Formats: sequence, C-alpha cells, structure tokens
Amino acid sequence: MNSAKKRYSGWSLLREGIGGQQGWSKAWADRDPAGRYDVVVIGGGGHGLATAYYLARTHGISRVAVIEKGWIGGGNTGRNTTIIRSNYFYPESAALYDLSVGLYEGLSRELNYNIMFSQRGMIEIAHSEAEFEMMHRGANAMRVNGIDIEIIDRDGIFQLAPLLNRDLNVRWPVMGGTIQRRAGVARHDAVAWGYARAADSLGIHIIQNCEVTGFDISHGRVVAIETSRGRIVADRFGMAVAGHSSVLAGMAGFTLPLQSYTLQAMVSEPIKPCLDVVASSNSHGAYVSQSDKGELVMGGGLDRCPSYAQRGNFPVTQSVIAPLLEMFPSFATLKLMRQWGGIVDTSPDNSPIIGPSPVEGLYLNCGWGTGGFKAIPAGGTLFAHILATGRHHPISTPFDLSRFESGALIDEAHAGVAH
Amino acid sequence: MQQVPCPWCGKRAEVEFRYAGDAGVKRPERMADDKTWAQYLHARKNAKGPAKELWIHTAGCGRWFVLSRDTLTHEVTGSEPMA
Repeated sequence: MNSAKKRYSGWSLLREGIGGQQGWSKAWADRDPAGRYDVVVIGGGGHGLATAYYLARTHGISRVAVIEKGWIGGGNTGRNTTIIRSNYFYPESAALYDLSVGLYEGLSRELNYNIMFSQRGMIEIAHSEAEFEMMHRGANAMRVNGIDIEIIDRDGIFQLAPLLNRDLNVRWPVMGGTIQRRAGVARHDAVAWGYARAADSLGIHIIQNCEVTGFDISHGRVVAIETSRGRIVADRFGMAVAGHSSVLAGMAGFTLPLQSYTLQAMVSEPIKPCLDVVASSNSHGAYVSQSDKGELVMGGGLDRCPSYAQRGNFPVTQSVIAPLLEMFPSFATLKLMRQWGGIVDTSPDNSPIIGPSPVEGLYLNCGWGTGGFKAIPAGGTLFAHILATGRHHPISTPFDLSRFESGALIDEAHAGVAH
Repeated sequence: MQQVPCPWCGKRAEVEFRYAGDAGVKRPERMADDKTWAQYLHARKNAKGPAKELWIHTAGCGRWFVLSRDTLTHEVTGSEPMA
C-alpha cells in the first residue's frame, strides 16, 4: 500500500476522533480515462475491482482501468444478501468457493479495510427423512472435498436457531440439517470499497459513469472499446458485468449460455439480536440472517421470468415471506422495511463461466447467477491470473465456456444443494 | 399482480403461467455437430428490451404461445399462438 495513503488502525481512529475527523484522505480517486491501458476490466463490482487489485498485487500489472457504467459496487455487489459459504457439491465448485472463503478470512487484514466478515455459521434445514438422507449424501460429498460441514440432528438445529418452528404438524417440519461453521456474512459495500481503495493504492484507475457502447474488433481481436467517455485501447479486456454479460457479448458479436433474471431480497425493520446463524431451507426456497443493524435479511429464488428491471415482482416476494413465517412464526409481527432486486446471469449448470471468450483479447467472468458475492476474492484471483497470463488457472479450467460444447457441465443446478 | 394475455383464455394473473424460453429456436438436424447442438441447447438471446418468448398457461388451458414482452419494462405488447 503506498505511503501517500494513510493506514487505517485503532490509532488513526483515535487520532481522528480527537482531531474532529478532519484528517481522513479520500479512500480512492475517481479518475478520467486515459487513452491506453495494459488491461481494462469492464464492470466495477466486487469481481471487477478484485480482478484489478490482484492484477497489480499478484502479477505486477498496474496499468489497469476498471470502468463502471454507474458507481462502483452499485449493482449486485450492493444488492445481495452478503452470504459467504462453500457448501457446494462437486469437487470443482468446492475448490473454487473454498478458495474464496479462505481469501475472505484474511481479507480485512490484507486490504487494511474492515469487511466485517462474521463467520457465524450457516445451517441448511431438512424437512423430511428423505430430504435429511439426501442432505447426508451432499454433506458427505462436501467432506470428501475438504469442506467443513457437519450434520446436525433436530435438537441441535433448535439449539442453533431457537426461534425455528418446533411444530411437527406443519407443511415443512424441521427434521435436522447441516452447518458450515466457516460460512457467514460480510459487509458487502466494504468488499467493493476495500478492493477499490487497495487497487487505487497500487495505481489502478477506477473510472465511473463510463458505459461501454461498442467493441472495436479487428481481425477477430478486440483492439479497443468505445465508451460514453471516449475510446480506450488495451491489450486485453475482461468483462465482469453479471446480468449484462449477454448485452456486452451481443456488442462483441457472440451469444452466451446465460439468462438474466431479477433476484430480489428484502429486510425487516431492525430488532434486537435473535438469530446468530444464517438459516436456509431448500424446500421452502428461502433463507434469512440478521444484519449487524438488527434487520432480518431475507431472500429466496429467482423471479418468474427473464428481466433486466432491477426490481422484484410481488408473487416471488410472497413466496419468500410466506415460508419464512412458517419457519419462524414470531417474525410475523415484523414490518418489511425495504425490498429490492439485482439482475443475475444464470447459467444452465448454475456454475460460473471464467476464461476466454470467442473473440480474442476479450475474457469472461460471468454466470455467477445467484451466488457471485461469496466468490469475489476467488473470481478476482482467477480472472487476474487469466488476464495476466492468457492461460487458465488450474481452479478455473473446468469453468471454461467450452464445457457447454464438450458436455462437461458442473451441474450444481441439480446437485440437490443450495446455490 | 401482472396480467398476462393468453391467446385462448384472455388476461389472467401471471402466476398461472410459466416462462419456457426464447421463441423461434429451431432444433438442429440429428447429425449436426457439437457446436450447433451446444448453441441450440444452451445459448440464449437474453435480450434487454423487446423479446419474443415462449410461455405456457400451466394453471389454465395448458397451451404454449408466443408472448411479446419487454424485459426491461415488463410491458406486454402481444401474444399469439405458436406458429
């Protein structure tokens, strides 16, 4: 971290507290585009900012711009439910998401920015003997893949979340479940801002209000992009634009196996601490955790049809709230405070697409669907590796776009675990 | 709740319907190459704005139809039987 930027510490907090908070410097600079870079990362969300940071830190490539059509962290990075976990079924996914959890564990220290990662554990609830059996299968597969997952009986689940409905005479009674204790939640904005600040310190340009309007492709290779703030030339371009990946791909002349949907989330009014794990149910298709402010943060499945509207539709709001009230009957007295939506890029196998695109010089980091936030440090690490070397990292290799042609899908969509 | 026009049943609540993919996708010949099959199976237009989509009136007449819908505004501009 360059010396011009002050390190955050207990001492700096104390000093600024005494000095009336007048001495803080800007966390990062809002730049104008230069005409030329080594690498341009399109998309200033978590993945794009992390990619830029690792390009500079790990690979020594700092002539890099992150361009963002709105403001950094204003898309899905600022709209998700902040859950971080790696309880996936297939070995390829376990390697990917566990790399991410591991990086998240050290991230506050590495970035000198408190991302407030709280490893409070995530429980996944089973509602029938049959579902509990399948959950054993999933948990055993995860353990073989090195993921810390434990099977918990019915009483154990109630110890972890005492407000859960104990009634056996309901549609989905609690029969048992699993817990990943290293899973948890983090402050999502801080992840974007922390990476932005660290990347800026390493010389990366962060350029906001800069929308890509076209690709300049010559002999099958991207040589420049046209943007709302002028033409930008670079050796390599990486796109990390989530729900708008197909739109950019269309400008570059190819299609992707992606469909964009609205994924909505909502919070209740803030209340005193009552839930200190993330509680999730596949049968209900809903999950909930409590934020540091005391709000219950709730989410569920995708909206009913493709959308770029960044707002949720009402039938799905109901399909999240109704089961949560059966899971936690006492939450019925609460008021819903806010509800919002983000546009997620779902892939056919619910696994991301990382690697080269059909156009030379343009690389893909997309298809994270409903689970991009948890993967930010890993997505950044792997995408930076690909943009720096032009080659796959061993962990990203299976996630290449070519899997849809070869048939080697990583089918988390049908693995019977949460995604 | 949004009303979706079924060509046979008229306007009904959106929860009676299911989205079923892009309209106008042609199944390749049996012996087409892997690239063509991959394109057919997995590639999506994923249009931002006006789109032609296949919908099914699952909780109604059960028939498939083509819905013209804007994916940004959710405005529906027409529906017609499958060709």
